Amino acid sequence: MPIFAAEVANTFEMNSWFFDNAWLIPALMAASFVVTLFFGKRLGAKAHVIGVGAVAASFVLALLTAYSWISQVEGYDGGAENAVVATELAAGDEFAAEDVTSHNVEGGGAATPAPVVTSVCWFDTGDAPNNNCDDRGAAKAVGIGTLIDGQSVMMLVVVTFISLLVHVFSTDYVSGDRRYTHYFAFLSLFTASMLFMVLASSTLQLIVGWELVGVCSFVLIGHWWEEKPNSDAAMKAFLTNRVGDIGLLIGVSILFVTAGNTFDIQTINNAALTGVISQNSLLVASLALMAAVMSKSGQFILHTWLPDAMAGPTPVSALIHAATMVVAGIYMIGRLYPVFWEGLSIAGSNLNAMALIGGITTVGGGLLAFVQRDIKKVLAYSTVSQLGYMVMALGVGAWTAAMFHLFTHAIFKACLFLGAGSVSHSVHSFDMKNDMGGLRKYMPKTFITFMIATGALIGLPPLAGFWSKDEILAGAGVWSGTGGNGTYYIPFIFGLITAGLTAAYMTRTIWLVFFGQYRGNGTPHESGPRITIPLSILAGLAVVVGFLNVPEELPLIGSRFGLKFQNWFEPGGGTVFPVIAHAKPSFSLAIVATGIGLISIFTVWTYYQRLYAKDSRATEVTGGIRDRSALARAGHTVLVEKYYLDHLYTGVIAGSTKGWLARSAYWVNQNIIDNVINYTGKGAAATGRFLYRYIDQGAIDGTVNGTGLTALSVGGILRRMQSGKVRQYATLMFGAATVLAAIFIIAV
Amino acid sequence: MFLNQFLLFAALLFCIGVYGVLTRKNGVLILMSIELILNAVNINLVAFGAFNGTIAGQVFALFVIAVAAAEVGVGLAIVLLIYRNRRSIDVSEADLLQG
Repeated sequence: MPIFAAEVANTFEMNSWFFDNAWLIPALMAASFVVTLFFGKRLGAKAHVIGVGAVAASFVLALLTAYSWISQVEGYDGGAENAVVATELAAGDEFAAEDVTSHNVEGGGAATPAPVVTSVCWFDTGDAPNNNCDDRGAAKAVGIGTLIDGQSVMMLVVVTFISLLVHVFSTDYVSGDRRYTHYFAFLSLFTASMLFMVLASSTLQLIVGWELVGVCSFVLIGHWWEEKPNSDAAMKAFLTNRVGDIGLLIGVSILFVTAGNTFDIQTINNAALTGVISQNSLLVASLALMAAVMSKSGQFILHTWLPDAMAGPTPVSALIHAATMVVAGIYMIGRLYPVFWEGLSIAGSNLNAMALIGGITTVGGGLLAFVQRDIKKVLAYSTVSQLGYMVMALGVGAWTAAMFHLFTHAIFKACLFLGAGSVSHSVHSFDMKNDMGGLRKYMPKTFITFMIATGALIGLPPLAGFWSKDEILAGAGVWSGTGGNGTYYIPFIFGLITAGLTAAYMTRTIWLVFFGQYRGNGTPHESGPRITIPLSILAGLAVVVGFLNVPEELPLIGSRFGLKFQNWFEPGGGTVFPVIAHAKPSFSLAIVATGIGLISIFTVWTYYQRLYAKDSRATEVTGGIRDRSALARAGHTVLVEKYYLDHLYTGVIAGSTKGWLARSAYWVNQNIIDNVINYTGKGAAATGRFLYRYIDQGAIDGTVNGTGLTALSVGGILRRMQSGKVRQYATLMFGAATVLAAIFIIAV
Repeated sequence: MFLNQFLLFAALLFCIGVYGVLTRKNGVLILMSIELILNAVNINLVAFGAFNGTIAGQVFALFVIAVAAAEVGVGLAIVLLIYRNRRSIDVSEADLLQG
């Protein structure tokens, strides 16, 4: 854009200011956490002002940072720097030279400036030259800082924006809550932690942020901990995430050692691509990191905590368990893409393990959404499914498509969750079958925004989800003419199935909530402006953000807006990256994918229309396929039981270990630890008695008494000398003087 | 020089003073005896000063006379108070400080 180009020279100083001081964004939120926690109570019902103010300021800062980045990208002439990098790498390692092509050089697209790293010395263990962490090769010195590139500025904007809307939404949704300040304090802490993680320039910092968001998630899921299921859900989320966190720790440790004692993300990425890290280490490290991704981003088989996490307040679900925290795993894959890409490529089969995991997740999650009664659980499984989509996209090399889907998904899924919150705020329930239905008449604003967001999720053109989903499908490279960087049949088929599933379960949800007849108690009412305005903003964006990355071939708008997202946010510059698949958009593929969605919508819609015709209050058919076919019944049971994964975890794994573990722990406690304590206690008592009798009573008391008696008797003798007679004193004085004089005379 | 004569005279005077202090019971006589002791010292100081040819001895003697005057002032005041309390200035009776 010419506007940007003209301003580049003038704004260079300003740009670098935003890049160097990006730490302010999380710092603001952290300050808001502390202030809210300590002074929030005094503000009472106005405790949210601190958090809302801070997050608004953060959002503005993030927008300015993103603007600076984009203007730098637009004004960057690229080329030279990248060529140098590629040449150096090529000279260094013959084998790696094939892989190591900064995509800009290879793809010939718009160049992106190098990431901006600003860091200070966090700690060093003595070996850093002059205590200087800037020398990033220096072993044993760890810096803490910010890494600004396209990916991080994109996430900065997403996180602060959704967080801002959720803060505003929450002021209405949780008003009057007994832990109102606590809620906003932790909302702030979450945002701070997430931003900290997003800006991480080292893997160690990534772990810190990663664990912090986990803690905030735990606290906020269990916000209403007085009810057992809520605290159970919080515990489950925390423990399931711990399983993955161990993987994260192992993965980061392996990368630290193998990449030459460094936590620096760019150095690690370089090392992964240039073959510094051996293939085996990469495989183990990426598998361990994948476990972390699976737990945090709800991939099969560690996704089970995510639906349960819906026990938390709905705005929290929107912010943490849909838009931001759960994409932390996706974000990490994107950050350490060379590690994952090189490590998880299944040799020779043109398939990446990420694509498999993502594919299974996307279909498995989608199927589970069909049997949920709780509107939030439908959305939760939908989130699982969409996260699977992103991981799958990363697995087929469509980095940009995955990040774009992350971006659009954050917006429309936040809108869906907040819409669900608005509905439940009105009907005081999450149960679609018992307490909802026909709400489109009562809540028109919520209805319209929810419909738009659903359209975006299903992928109806021209809403946001359509563009991102289509890009992923094209990225699989199966459809003729799409290209991509390989042909991945399984992910492609899974992607198409999910497109159908998504359309079907969302139609079911829409019908159960907004159509038919109202089945709940009382009369629902539309929510207030603090709820509907965030919804409207999100719905509006769900319409337009898709245009950020439309294909350049698209008539009318393609040449103006085409591939902006890709140009702005893709890594480039001094970074090395695996080749990112830039599939060619295919008109026929878009028609087929949309067609599958429309057929699903039509089928489900017809099903419910016929049901409604028979009984206006019915939510499921009696005497349907489930009653006639044993196979369908069994399938339904498996889905209701969530593939028996919870039974596997709590019944089989926990159940088979906790019995003997508890018994042996009890035995150790009774026989070993207790004995140690008992004997220690007895020994101490005996020592005490001995000390009392002999040392205290004998030695110490004797000394004290003896000293007193001695002083008394000496005093009795000496008192006789003091007669009070002056002349006697004088006599003594003169006598003594005489004696002294005599001694003096004799001696000298 | 005839220093020895002065020293012997001073020693004699000193002994008389000591004798007076030790044997007299009368408070006023004790104070007078102390004056004798001090004057014996003064004689010594002046004699040594003259012998060495300096005036330091005479200066010291003047100081001693001044201090002695103060001492007698305090001493007579004590004696006077003892007399008012006991109608006697016998120091052997004033033995309240015995241990």
